[in-house]
Amino acid sequence: MFRFLRVNMATKSCVFEDIPEEYAGLGGRALTSTIVAREVNPICTPLGPHNKLVFAPGLLGATNSPNSNRISVGCKSPLTEGIKESNSGGQPGGHLAKLGILAIIVEEMATEGEWWQLEVSKDSAKLVPSPVAGLNNFDAVNKLVEQYGTECSYVTIGRAGEFKLTAASIAFTDRELRPQRHAGRGGVGAVMGSKGLKAIIINPEGGKNHPLADEEAFKAASKRFAKALTSHPITGKGLAEYGTAVLVNILHEAGGLPTRNFTCGQFEQHEAVSGEMMNKVTKERGGEGAVAHGCMSGCIIRCSGIFPDAKGKFKSKWPEYETLWCFGPHSNIGDLDLICTFDHMCDDFGVDTIDVGVAIGVAMAGGGIPLGDGQAVLEAMQGISDGTPLGRVIGCGTATTGRVFGVRRVPCVKGQSLPAYDPRAVKGVGVTYATTPMGADHTAGYSVTANILSCGGKVDPLKKEGQIELSRNLQIATASVDSVGLCLFTAFAILDIPDALAAIVDMLNAKFGWKLTGDDVVTLGQRILSTEIDFNRRAGITEAADHLPDFFTDEPVPPHNTTFDFTPEELQTTFNWIKK
Amino acid sequence: MSIQIKLSTTLRDCVPGYVPETGLLFEPEDGPSVLTAGELARRIGLPLEEIKIVMVNCRQSDLNSPVNNGDTVAYFPAVGGG
Repeated sequence: MFRFLRVNMATKSCVFEDIPEEYAGLGGRALTSTIVAREVNPICTPLGPHNKLVFAPGLLGATNSPNSNRISVGCKSPLTEGIKESNSGGQPGGHLAKLGILAIIVEEMATEGEWWQLEVSKDSAKLVPSPVAGLNNFDAVNKLVEQYGTECSYVTIGRAGEFKLTAASIAFTDRELRPQRHAGRGGVGAVMGSKGLKAIIINPEGGKNHPLADEEAFKAASKRFAKALTSHPITGKGLAEYGTAVLVNILHEAGGLPTRNFTCGQFEQHEAVSGEMMNKVTKERGGEGAVAHGCMSGCIIRCSGIFPDAKGKFKSKWPEYETLWCFGPHSNIGDLDLICTFDHMCDDFGVDTIDVGVAIGVAMAGGGIPLGDGQAVLEAMQGISDGTPLGRVIGCGTATTGRVFGVRRVPCVKGQSLPAYDPRAVKGVGVTYATTPMGADHTAGYSVTANILSCGGKVDPLKKEGQIELSRNLQIATASVDSVGLCLFTAFAILDIPDALAAIVDMLNAKFGWKLTGDDVVTLGQRILSTEIDFNRRAGITEAADHLPDFFTDEPVPPHNTTFDFTPEELQTTFNWIKK
Repeated sequence: MSIQIKLSTTLRDCVPGYVPETGLLFEPEDGPSVLTAGELARRIGLPLEEIKIVMVNCRQSDLNSPVNNGDTVAYFPAVGGG
């Protein structure tokens, strides 16, 4: 029942293929990165015909495991020029898995100016002209739902993807058919746009859960994993009540909340844009607002809340911490409602909130937008959809915006913007930013856990000791988690409760009849990273790119007045299993 | 001199009338001016078992860390995101 779906945008052929031997046992990020590394010429133009766009649910997709229906998107990134895996929640991951489709591989390009949509169901797949081209994500999905119904799930790009802006995202509908879960990073939406693919409609009818080698063992292990998630205070309660926004106040207190384009580590108006405030306002306004909302079937963490406007109507999903940060402290804006408007614009137009939000603060640093001017940001953001010159610059992300406005401090690694943790005050995550093959990305190795959250041990965030080992171990573990299809937030429980990892290994063994141990999970993570780094080397991205911009090493940041003081040689010990 | 106390999420509910924007000012009335963060938490009625993270003057600390007049102490339960 397991197949690849190979879609050629030039010939319009859609072919189901048996899984080639070399891809057996891979899912999620392991599968997308392996396919990209094998099939894509590393020196190809990312927005040209030789790049491929790969969608893959994880190994535990379409099972009764909690939180295992995420979807990975892989390609060569037009933002970093290296390999990219960007993953998302929403319904399409679970639906594809239920149809037995382990990967969709999109190749070649349609004739420029043509827009197509891909219909996928149990035994058929075809490309048809798309009537929703020119629409942003919410209007596009509403129209598609009229045609295909509420049982399908939808993958779309907004106008940013159509314009092939390098911060364009791919949207995945949640359980309420809102296109607000995104594969945000690395410009994957631009790659989809370059192919002329506007939407994918997935009809799960007739799909079913995957067969299990040992049903009883799976059930028992799944129950243990669920217990670990519900019993841990972060995954059991904290994320549902406050979302990821709970981090605003704690990073402020730790002096690691980058403010006004990384010139300070604390923001005076932090409370106004905090998770506590979001929780309070959501409850007070009621209506369509929701605390504790899951973005995909099988989620028991439920971090994704719904933010209502003053009249109780839907305004946006709860913005993530990183979104609150970049449109808030980073851009000197302390208005929660306004930030939620920006969040919704990003979801609708289809852009990465991080690369675009950081671009806003960088444009302010360069005089392109007045510092902290919310109305000016609204106009600039609208320009992304309207295709104005400023909108296109910002929609191409932070690195482009920094160049256009002649900015000294452009917080990027490998062309991708740093997220919401100052690497001088949270040094462990700085190591991850510098070294991950993805370009600056907190999720690639979230050292904030031990640096700030006292989760999975404690490592002093202001010192160098232990940070490289911490980042290494987290990058390896994350690559595995991303391959299993698990939400990364399960890692909070995995780091603190030993039985959680054992339960995941037991679920994999019970599903596939394998005999994996915990060590094999480490080996898998290393193998994925090795594959990704090898692709980057062949693309011309060498170890020399594994560093932070020099203002982080030159300029101490208050309140701790520390710098990022790792040498390139030290950073190059992160992937110590790779022979040079 | 006093000690400024900041609370996060559910810990705020343990101190009636807590104002997030200003935090809480604690004036030691008796005894030594040096407390531990744990002792301070106990005195204002925080459940110690719910405190996961302590910062004294923005530095990672713990319940045994000393607290002096003029310090800022922040308490957090287990929180996470990303």
